[in-house]
Amino acid sequence: MSQLQSSQIIELDVRTDEMLVNMGPQHPSTHGVLRLVLRTDGEVVSEVTPHIGYLHRCAEKIGENLTPRQWVPYTDRMDYLAGMNMNLGWSLTVEKLLQLQVTEKCRHLRVMIAELNRIASHLLGLGAYGLDLGTFTPFFYCFREREKILDLFEAACGARLTYSYITVGGVTHDLPPGWLKKCEQFLREFQPVVDELHTLLTTNSIFIRRTAGIGVLPAEMAIDYGCTGPVLRGSGVDHDLRRDGEEFYTQMYDGYAFEVAVMKDGHYPRDHKYPPVPSQAVLGDCWHRFFVRMIEIQQSIDLVWQALDKYSTTKGDVGSPIKLNQKLPKGEAYLETECPRGQMGFMIVSDGNSAIPRRVRARSSSFCNLSVVEELCQGVLIADVPAIIGSLDIVMGEIDR
Amino acid sequence: MAEHPLIKKLQEKFGDGITGYCLEAIDPWIEVAPEALVDVCRYLKEEPSLQFNMLNCITAVDYYEPDPKKAAKASFEPHLELIYHLWSIPNKRSLVLKVKLPRWKEDQVGQLPEVPSVSGVWRTALWHEREVYDLSGVRFVGHPDLRRILLPEDWEGHPLRKDYQFPVEYHGIRCQ
Repeated sequence: MSQLQSSQIIELDVRTDEMLVNMGPQHPSTHGVLRLVLRTDGEVVSEVTPHIGYLHRCAEKIGENLTPRQWVPYTDRMDYLAGMNMNLGWSLTVEKLLQLQVTEKCRHLRVMIAELNRIASHLLGLGAYGLDLGTFTPFFYCFREREKILDLFEAACGARLTYSYITVGGVTHDLPPGWLKKCEQFLREFQPVVDELHTLLTTNSIFIRRTAGIGVLPAEMAIDYGCTGPVLRGSGVDHDLRRDGEEFYTQMYDGYAFEVAVMKDGHYPRDHKYPPVPSQAVLGDCWHRFFVRMIEIQQSIDLVWQALDKYSTTKGDVGSPIKLNQKLPKGEAYLETECPRGQMGFMIVSDGNSAIPRRVRARSSSFCNLSVVEELCQGVLIADVPAIIGSLDIVMGEIDR
Repeated sequence: MAEHPLIKKLQEKFGDGITGYCLEAIDPWIEVAPEALVDVCRYLKEEPSLQFNMLNCITAVDYYEPDPKKAAKASFEPHLELIYHLWSIPNKRSLVLKVKLPRWKEDQVGQLPEVPSVSGVWRTALWHEREVYDLSGVRFVGHPDLRRILLPEDWEGHPLRKDYQFPVEYHGIRCQ
């Protein structure tokens, strides 16, 4: 009897060795140059240590040597998938310091451009997420449509990725003739594609099995780590800066009707027909984060329609940007805006009597969203690590700045 | 002006821990002594009527003028300023806290100034304090893992200091 017991003990004592696996910085599913060191016990990950900084380009230090308008192109290169939203965040921050209001027409133009960029950014995020999980087709559908938005941006400002279109005091120039027609045509063509994407991803049973119930992020933990945007709303927190933010930002959306994409009382917004939530999905898992982005695409389409209407009926002009070397008043201003990946905050500190600020600061949304992986990836399978990282939809340019 | 009752409450509770405030600024702020920082933060987060449950950002600003001619005219004494931006999701309100620090601990150049870590209050601070330590050179006492985050571990200096000297060479790579 005692012999049997001791052999049992030996059997229980047998363990596989823990192994350190290096993932990245050139791993395709890390969305850029993110390096993760995984401590694994067989297939199970016991510890994740992210290493960042491979894309650090000293943006904040450069900002201390340039005037605010000269720094606009550097904001493009932070979240390079949502350049317009970055430009907007920085421009509004400087306008807050200068106590400057843009014209009514410019306000609607900014809403239109920012929401179009949100669609483009989410499309890339969803397509790349499909790639991470091994489905190639949605990627092509997403990129085909994103390409059309980039064509629209190219017609508006000449650039396809780094726009510097929205700038302090307004936009660099008004839209070219015929642009609104093209935009309307795009929106009409794009609407059916959203349903196609729901068929390809949202209700795809393999996709659901890879994402539902994986990487569950409770609401308190999301708030504690400063997660924002779709990551926070995917955990069921009803918070969207376009509605709840500072007045200087929310006034931009005055007169616009939209519902925050969040699960409330057990259902998502009912303004459109969305596929039902699968039974395996748990609030705060990868599937919900994905689904919030899908709803936000629809929400942005509606917002662009409203902005198109308001822009074309508003009289006046879009105003002109401030001078390149306009002197800044003494003071400091901090403003957060709702970017596709979360709340992007910019800060400017000025001593006065100079066009160059003492300090600029960029609070990155992906930076905080990524910090949660250390806790989120504990005890998951290796194959789920790309699923979790992909669902956070990070952009390294924004994290490393 | 809506902040007035809050400042009164904080002054009653923490006394000398609240060292100043400014309500006329674009973003009104409250200045806190470094020793009282963690207690003030925990109170702001846990008091049911305030619930500042989100730490948005930690910024360090270096008030220093390397050029002696400009320094004579500067309107400030050299110091570091930490700025904490808080947000309350239930109340949809923001709050700005400031902490003033010397540029160097006990005026010994190279000795980083120290401030208690708030990573026990909001875990957002875990990475933000690492970033401030890395780029601006502030030591957060009580942080569980204070390493550089954006720059390589063997980097010298803290680039967002105004007197930072860019290295001539890094591992055989010419930098200037």
